[in-house]
Amino acid sequence: MHQKQKLLGIGLFILCVGGGISLGVSASDKERSGGKQHRDVAPVQEKQYSADCGSCHFAYQPGLLPARSWEKLLAGLGEHFGENAEVSQEVQNALKTYLTRNAADRVDDGRSKKIAASIAPDETPVRITETRYFVKKHREIPRRFWEKNPKIGSLIRCEACHTKAEEGSFNEHEVQIPGIGRWED
Amino acid sequence: MKKSVMLCGLSLMGLLLTEGHAATVDDLLLQYQREGATGFSAAAGQELLNRTGQGGPEAEGKNCASCHTTHPAKPGQHAKTGKVIEPLAPVANPERLQDAAKVEKWFLRNCKGTLGRICTPQEKGDFLTFLLSVR
Repeated sequence: MHQKQKLLGIGLFILCVGGGISLGVSASDKERSGGKQHRDVAPVQEKQYSADCGSCHFAYQPGLLPARSWEKLLAGLGEHFGENAEVSQEVQNALKTYLTRNAADRVDDGRSKKIAASIAPDETPVRITETRYFVKKHREIPRRFWEKNPKIGSLIRCEACHTKAEEGSFNEHEVQIPGIGRWED
Repeated sequence: MKKSVMLCGLSLMGLLLTEGHAATVDDLLLQYQREGATGFSAAAGQELLNRTGQGGPEAEGKNCASCHTTHPAKPGQHAKTGKVIEPLAPVANPERLQDAAKVEKWFLRNCKGTLGRICTPQEKGDFLTFLLSVR
């Protein structure tokens, strides 16, 4: 029994130290990726949004579309790309505040600004995949790589290839196309 | 000693979660009865899982199983976005059916999206009864 407890103690110690090291690494990663001005897109930090929108699809960061696009999407949740995605008025208001305040045309993050700049002032796209910036960034990828690929199927699945999509990082060096491999143009 | 304390803690947590979904479902079933439903049936709930929508173009060809599979103890996958959906049955996913508002929210969204209408209190009660019966 003593032996077992000792082993358990050693195991716990390794776990704690290991956890500490991995925390340390993620902190220095953050520092390396720089301050706000070098950030790609701000990661999602609103639990309500993750729960209500992220249950069915990748929780697209607010910085991927301008505020007017988010407003249009929220106004039509009853018919959301062929699905019903209704939320209560209270939740809708909370989502609107979060999404519009952090929208691509309201923040200072590098890729968000580029997306916003690629959209004409009289346009209100509801699909990220239809913004000029997105189209330009993905047009060299052969359709056969994703269209019939059971692990992708559609470009709406950011996380299928962008290994750090959830962290708001869409750098091409982090791309891994399932069944194909790395992608760099 | 430490191990047994940990095991105790884990089983207590499991027990609390089980209590949680049982109480939530009991309250919902009572509410559905007040709204006119009678005698819930797991078999009718299972039939609902596989019933294909007839509610206009958006529901065409869809049923609950399109995303949730035909077995609620298995994880599903959103038909369009590929997002993994955790199992519906509490036996496989103790976090399910803990929160009445959440249950109602998903009945609203998914009944409209699949059947093209809201579900009746009878259908909702049958479905919850079915989910609890899954082993």
